[in-house]
Formats: sequence, structure tokens, C-alpha cells
Amino acid sequence: MKRRSFVKKAALGSLATLIGADIVFGATMPEGYTPLALGDPDPFKLFGLDTEMVLLNDKPWNIEAKAHLLNDNITPNSKMFIRNNGLIPENINLNEWKLTIDGESVQQKKTYTLTELKEKFTHYSYQLTLECGGNGRSEFNPPAKGNQWTIGAVSCAQWTGVRLKDVLEDAGIKSDAVYIGYHAADIHLSRDPKKEPISRGAPMAKALQDETLLAFQMNGENIPLAHGYPLRLVAGGWPASVSGKWITGISIRNKIHDGTKMKGKAYRIPCKPVAPGEKVKDEDMCIIESMPVKSLITYPKSGAIIKKGQKLHIKGHAWAGELAVAKMEYSIDFGATWTECSITQPVNRLAWQHFDANISFPDNGYYEVWARATDTNGVSQPMLLPGWNPKGYLNNACHRIAIKVK
Amino acid sequence: MERPKKFKKEIKDIYNVITTMSSVLGVGILLCMVLLINPEIIKLSKSNSEYLTITIEEDEDKIENGIHVRTGFVDDKGLMETINNCTNCHSSKLVIQNRMSKERWVATIRWMQKTQNLWDLGGNEAIIVNYLAKNYAPTKKGRRENLTDVDWYELEN
Repeated sequence: MKRRSFVKKAALGSLATLIGADIVFGATMPEGYTPLALGDPDPFKLFGLDTEMVLLNDKPWNIEAKAHLLNDNITPNSKMFIRNNGLIPENINLNEWKLTIDGESVQQKKTYTLTELKEKFTHYSYQLTLECGGNGRSEFNPPAKGNQWTIGAVSCAQWTGVRLKDVLEDAGIKSDAVYIGYHAADIHLSRDPKKEPISRGAPMAKALQDETLLAFQMNGENIPLAHGYPLRLVAGGWPASVSGKWITGISIRNKIHDGTKMKGKAYRIPCKPVAPGEKVKDEDMCIIESMPVKSLITYPKSGAIIKKGQKLHIKGHAWAGELAVAKMEYSIDFGATWTECSITQPVNRLAWQHFDANISFPDNGYYEVWARATDTNGVSQPMLLPGWNPKGYLNNACHRIAIKVK
Repeated sequence: MERPKKFKKEIKDIYNVITTMSSVLGVGILLCMVLLINPEIIKLSKSNSEYLTITIEEDEDKIENGIHVRTGFVDDKGLMETINNCTNCHSSKLVIQNRMSKERWVATIRWMQKTQNLWDLGGNEAIIVNYLAKNYAPTKKGRRENLTDVDWYELEN
């Protein structure tokens, strides 16, 4: 009897192993994770992106939206641009994830687990506009080096987390603090473990704003992997490179942070205006802080053909870095005349605002609808490219769409 | 239990075990065969199945309409030197997006050597720079270009 049951068990056991192996293999395949090791994954499936998103670069990942994809008031993950400087961290372990607050100007170096961060500090949610400093780079002449963003490297999502200010104050800030710099878990393209792909930061005044968050949620869910899971610094209104992803440390510095992409020409523009193509010395380049006023027509998609007498309903968003948008206008005659249109108040500081208008056209023909926002300091978007700069940052020229009336 | 009866029962038991084992083995073999013919079926969800598909390029260096298919680079003198030295860390897509003069391509190489662990390109540098400056040279764009590639469509009210 013993031998018989052993044989039985062995037979069933091998079947179980066979089936078990199959089930385990399929079920434990972490979505969007192992494929990175396999290489050549489909980024649209991997990151859950709308198929109309535009892939600029696949190593590192750089993907942008088109204007009409950004029509939602709150940008969903599927339509949010991805700008990565290095490779996405591998093997993220939530239980072992730690945030260290250190630097010359910290009173007491402190380390927090994710659970400690979430339990110890009050949670806040804000809609925050994040725009890549190089959004619009593709239009500069002579061309500027880097990913050739057109208009889609901007988003406004709902970010939830704890205030950076609360965490920094818990560790203690010395009176000589001037800047914070972040450190993250992403991997340098050369895979050199001594190199950080990017380690930027902001002056203390920006770090201590209510809306500057250490976020663990985006649009009510865990932050997607490509956007900084499990912890992201979010500093709305500034070049999105300040909003470091996969954060493992914040250093409170007694000088301007000198991490990767803080120096040289990265995220800097000439302190004094230069002619297109002019050479600029590194010491004559100044760090970009607030992003400039800008707007985007998100409805309809460029290329609409309407009937004579049919009104055109346009919609879009406008934002102004640290400031708000005070006035929104559109033109159908290449800027000869402008018509003011309605724009909402921001839901909270640093959230983009929404405009809409109903436009009548005088006759059949080809038109362009141009949109122009003006910030609370009275500064407007230019119709032509703004001042040329070596790295092609801060192109806030008016957005326009093509329309035919027939 | 009587001996013959017991013997009969034992035979029956063995028969049962053998049938169970054979059917189990049969199912196993069937499963293996199905898996061999169509490995797709073991992937439980649709999303997983996408990642498991690994396509094997027939020809890594196939040229179509003057374009190197795998990288998207223009086929010209210096193509292989450029692929071998410029696509190890970053994608060819980063190169193809950019337009620079000879001088600025050289400056970009120097920057990568200084900060990004790019090696000394030796004799290949001139070949690569010539390839890039010829095929990825800047064009004059002016201060604002016309809207091009407009995808026209009827917009209903």
C-alpha cells in the first residue's frame, strides 16, 4: 500500500509541477517589469500610453503628447509625457525603500521608510503643472541639442503626498541652508553606479512652499513606474526636472546644489540675451527657475474643416509657472487683432487654467487660430520664438491650429 | 479477506493506478504538445502575452530605402562606425532627432567623453563626425515655420 500511494503521489505531483510551473510563470510576470530586462518592449503597452503619443527616444525613455491629447483638465497617465534622463530603477522593494534627509545644512540626518513618511506627516493633494524645460525645443534655429520636444511635454495631474517642508523641518534646517538637491534610484545610461543620471533641486524658498510635495500618488493611484514610483518630488511651475523621480534622498545644502544637470549648460539659459547661435560660456549661464506663461489649444485637433457659418468651439489650458494667467486671447488673423476669451481660476496655485471660446469666421478659406496667455505680471506669450539659447529651453511661443472654412 | 479475492482486488488496484498514471501522463503530453505548437495559451492575461513575444530580427543590418532598418540611421559611409560607437548607451533615436554642424557634433562628443563615460573614438571619430555632419546637418527654420503635415478632417457640430 505504501509503495502504491507513493507512485500515485509522484504521478500527480509531476502533473502539479508541470501545471504549477506554467501558472507561476504567467501569474508572477510583473507587468512592465521583467520586460525591461528582455529589452525592446512596446512602450505604449509597458507604460499604458495612448497610441497617439509620440516616442522621441527609447533609451532613455522620452515620450510626448500631442496638443489634442491633452484636452482633459487633469492629465491621465495615458497622455502624460515621459522624460527620463537615465534608466528606470530595477527591483523596487517598497519595504526597503528609504528616504534620507542629509546635507551640510540638516540639523540631524534622518531616514524614513515609506510607511513612516505616510503615517507621520499630513497628506495634501494639488493639481500641479509640470512642463519640461525643453518643451518646444524643436523650433529653435539654429537647432538646439537634445530631445526634440514639440509641444507635448507638459501635464497637470493631481499629486498626493506629504509636504517637503514638513519632512525637512522634522529633520531640522540650519540657518545657512540655501538649496535642496535630490538623489534618486535611477541608473546612469553607462550603468556606472558612481554616476547619477540627474540630481537637481531648488532654492529653499521653493522647497518650503506648501505645494512642493514628496508625492506617492498620482491621480489617486500609486505613481506609475515611469513617473517616479514609489516616491516623487513634485515642484509645480518649475522645469519638470526639479520634480525628481524615484527619490531616495534630499540633501539640504549650504550652497547651490551641484548635482548632475545643475551645472554647465543644463537647465540654464544665458544670463543676458544672446544672438541666435552665439557661443555662451558656462559661467554666463543662469539656472532656470519659474517656467514662463504658456497655453495650448487642446480642442479641436488641428486640421478641422468646418462649414461656412458654423461656429468653432475651442478649448485649452494656460499656465504661468509660479504665477497665474490673468488674461486669455485668441486671434484668427495672425495676430492683427486679438479677442479676449474666458479663462477659469486655477483650482489651486500652480494648476493650469482652462479657457474656451466660440469663434465665428468671416468667410471661406484657410485660417489659423492662435492662442495667447498673459500672466499676472502683464507678460504675454510671443508669437515668434522667444530668445534663442544654446540648449533650447523655454519656448513659450503661441500655439496655433489650422482650420479651413468651406 | 480470501486470498483469491484479495489478489483480484490488488490486481484491480494496480490496474486503477496504471490507468490514472497513463491518463495523467497523456494529459501532460497533450499539454506539452499544445504548448509547443502554440506557446501563447499559457499567458493568462492579454497584457502579459505582449511582453513575452520576442521577435528575432532576420537581418540585423538590413537596409531599406536608404535607411538602416534596425536603427533608423541613413545608409552612408560611416554608418557602422556610428552604430557601433553611438548606440551603446543611448538610442539611435536621440542622434536622429538632432541637427548639428561638424563643430557642434564634435563638441557633443567631447561633452559625452567628459561627463558620460564615452571612450576615445580614435580614427573612427573623423568618420563618425563626417557621417553625422553630412546626414544630420541643420536646416534653416527661421523664427517660426508654417504649419505642415496638417491632417485635415471634417468637424461636425
